[in-house]
Amino acid sequence: MQPILAALAHNKVGALLIALQIALSMAILCNALFIIHQQLSLGNRASGIDEENIFTFQNNWAGNADELNHQPQMLLTRLRADLAVLRSRADVIDAFASRAFPLRGYGFGAILSVKPMKSGPGDPLRSGGIVAANYAADEHALNALGVKLIAGRNFEPNEIQVAAESQDIEPAVIIVSRALAELLFPHQSAVGKTVYLGGGTRPTTVIGVVDRLQAPWHFSPTQPDTVNNSVLLPVQWAVQGYPMLVRARPGQLAQLMKSVPAQLHALDPAREIDSVVPFTDTRTALYYNDRALSITLVTVCAILLTVTAFGIIGLTSFWVSQRQRHIGIRRALGATRRHIVQYFQTENLLITAGGVALGAGAALGLSLWIATSFELQRLTAGYVIIGGALMLLLGQGAALWPALRAASIAPALATRSR
Amino acid sequence: MFSYYFGLALHSLRRNVALTSLIVIAIGVGIAASTCALSMFRAYTADPIPQKSSQLFVPHIDSLSPEYRERGDKLPLHLTYQDARALLAQHLAKRQAPMYFTGSTLAPPNPRLHPFQVLVRATGADFFALFDVPFQYGAAWSATDDEARAEVVVLGSQLNERLFGRVNSIGRTVHLGTRDFRVVGVLDAWAPSPRFYEASNAMQGRVEDLFIPFGSAIDQHLPPWDNMACPPFSSGPSQWDAFLASECVWVRLWVQLPTAGDVQRYRRALDGYADEQTRSGRYHWPIRTALLNVGALLADEQPVPTEVRLYGLISLGFLLVCLLNAMALMLARFMTQSAEVGVRRALGARRIDVFLQCLAETAVIGLVGGLLGIGLCALGLAGIRSIVGGATVAFVYADRVDLSIAVLAALVSTLFAGLYPTWRAMQVQPAWQLKIN
Repeated sequence: MQPILAALAHNKVGALLIALQIALSMAILCNALFIIHQQLSLGNRASGIDEENIFTFQNNWAGNADELNHQPQMLLTRLRADLAVLRSRADVIDAFASRAFPLRGYGFGAILSVKPMKSGPGDPLRSGGIVAANYAADEHALNALGVKLIAGRNFEPNEIQVAAESQDIEPAVIIVSRALAELLFPHQSAVGKTVYLGGGTRPTTVIGVVDRLQAPWHFSPTQPDTVNNSVLLPVQWAVQGYPMLVRARPGQLAQLMKSVPAQLHALDPAREIDSVVPFTDTRTALYYNDRALSITLVTVCAILLTVTAFGIIGLTSFWVSQRQRHIGIRRALGATRRHIVQYFQTENLLITAGGVALGAGAALGLSLWIATSFELQRLTAGYVIIGGALMLLLGQGAALWPALRAASIAPALATRSR
Repeated sequence: MFSYYFGLALHSLRRNVALTSLIVIAIGVGIAASTCALSMFRAYTADPIPQKSSQLFVPHIDSLSPEYRERGDKLPLHLTYQDARALLAQHLAKRQAPMYFTGSTLAPPNPRLHPFQVLVRATGADFFALFDVPFQYGAAWSATDDEARAEVVVLGSQLNERLFGRVNSIGRTVHLGTRDFRVVGVLDAWAPSPRFYEASNAMQGRVEDLFIPFGSAIDQHLPPWDNMACPPFSSGPSQWDAFLASECVWVRLWVQLPTAGDVQRYRRALDGYADEQTRSGRYHWPIRTALLNVGALLADEQPVPTEVRLYGLISLGFLLVCLLNAMALMLARFMTQSAEVGVRRALGARRIDVFLQCLAETAVIGLVGGLLGIGLCALGLAGIRSIVGGATVAFVYADRVDLSIAVLAALVSTLFAGLYPTWRAMQVQPAWQLKIN
């Protein structure tokens, strides 16, 4: 140990540069790993619906939207005809029309509260409201989505309110997701309880709880839990354009996606059927940017570690060649090859450990800065430990080759002059 | 003298190829990463209409009651229908156009084809002259068409091709919603990036399929599809008329003000209008107005995305790591040469000569590293485009400015990183070096 420190004191600038480099690499590595892990775990959350067998499409009736929206009865007749055709098919489990569906990227929100709140403007969230995704649903919705009812009951057909564009809705009953139920009524059953919609003005009764149902959007990682807050409202919107969701029997999805648009066009050609997309593509699209960020970060980290490793190899090699005579003398005095390898490995361990200690601080500092300026979560200690361990391994691995070369220096070299 | 140093530098670089390549690669990689980030940043903050951006403005009034603001304390970026009309009626700008984004179904002329939805920009005749929009056939509609709320349409080139093929379709009709619109113009390829005139999540940077006069869109009751903030309003006999009369903000107004005098005059008129509205008792909050230019609007409406800022941060760290690396390796390089330096010093070379020689070596390394960096950056950007895809980064390419900055940065940062190693080399004592040999 003593001679290593003495040698290091001789090369302090080189050692310091390597330690700094390791510290900085580690700071970047820890934060990148953390961001990657967060993005991946966001993208892998189950939506709660039967993703493999669902596809969606957008139905827009041809004509002037405003004129059509003033004829809700006619739109309802057309919609019911479509739904009847879809639901009667042997290869369809169920179908329904809504205004949004999970992971679509955009949709409608609702604010729920356990107590009534004063009406009028103001921020309802500040007075205890909870934001949830708002899905219009009929009695077929649960079956079409493939979500599991874990308490209470489904909607009855006579509970479904038909609504025209921009009409106020006042549902008497609702179904909520488990996450939302637990937020509203911690440690008790939500079924049968009264909650208030529309900023605390409209009382309604929870009649059922579904296990899991994700919102159309994915929130920033700072609020990872809110995406599972969903409420199903018993409403059938009779409007000009809306998405429809169809759940196929296993194995039937591909051919259904081909035949359904043609079948509906045959039923009524005055419409556009657009964005016929399997749900798996919807998921990919929503998390596309996150995935791209992760791939880029992985690439950057890989290059960064490679550069750092080669820096260590280069400098250690230089030290080895600088100390050829010393090594020769030590070998001649009886040091084994293992001793020589150990010498350089220990030297590297000292430098890297210094870098890691510095890097831990830098990683936390960087994370603090990223968290405040990019609205991301703060790094946890686990990542610092993993990052530090990785850097130590990298240092040892990189030093090994020059160390082995040093060990192969013949003792006779000591006697020869340069 | 300098050419001699460069000759020496090349000679000595060739002698320790492994170490030299490591240094060059480290610098190249660092420069590549930061050049990638730089070109992304520049692409996101580029001026989409440089020839005119100093003359184009968007007026704002914070007419939205504070409790309905979704943007916190920022001014709403859109006007109410009534305010837009009142400002337009004053004719204070060289050119002015109101606009909003909407859509409708369109029934193709060929009855065998299904109707489909098109994205529509409802605007004024001046839109095309304001933004120098190129035409393939025909021209913009006239101010008279605007007054008459005429049912005329300017098609985007893609839609024209889809409906009529690659032909001049001027005079043909397009069945939009329930009415026939006469084609007066077909655009040439036009895709400003970023799509600066109005951001829209639904549009993802695409330009609308077609353009119709503002008034005719209002007559057709085409609702705004995006960018609307609304306090509740009581609906009268007609929901649409109530909407037009409401305090909802949804109309974007662009004006062209060529001189500083015009800008001042417009600002005064805008303030005057806001004051007049305040006196009429319309607002119960202190009213603010603003006249944003293209840059300010973009910074507010389409800021650089988080990912891109994150890339920028990481690539800077990356460059720093690479430079530390290069510095350590250069130190090693110069130390291996200390014997040689000793001989040169003993033969009468001054410290400054040694310094200049080391500097030349460093400069060569930096230059080669920079060139390598350019190549790697092209590779990196191609990689990012293929991973990220879509409209977000499709327009990101490194231009001449980026590349010149890259080479310059490589040179400067390498010289900087080489300073300490060079200084160390200068300190070599001739006698001592000769003695141990």
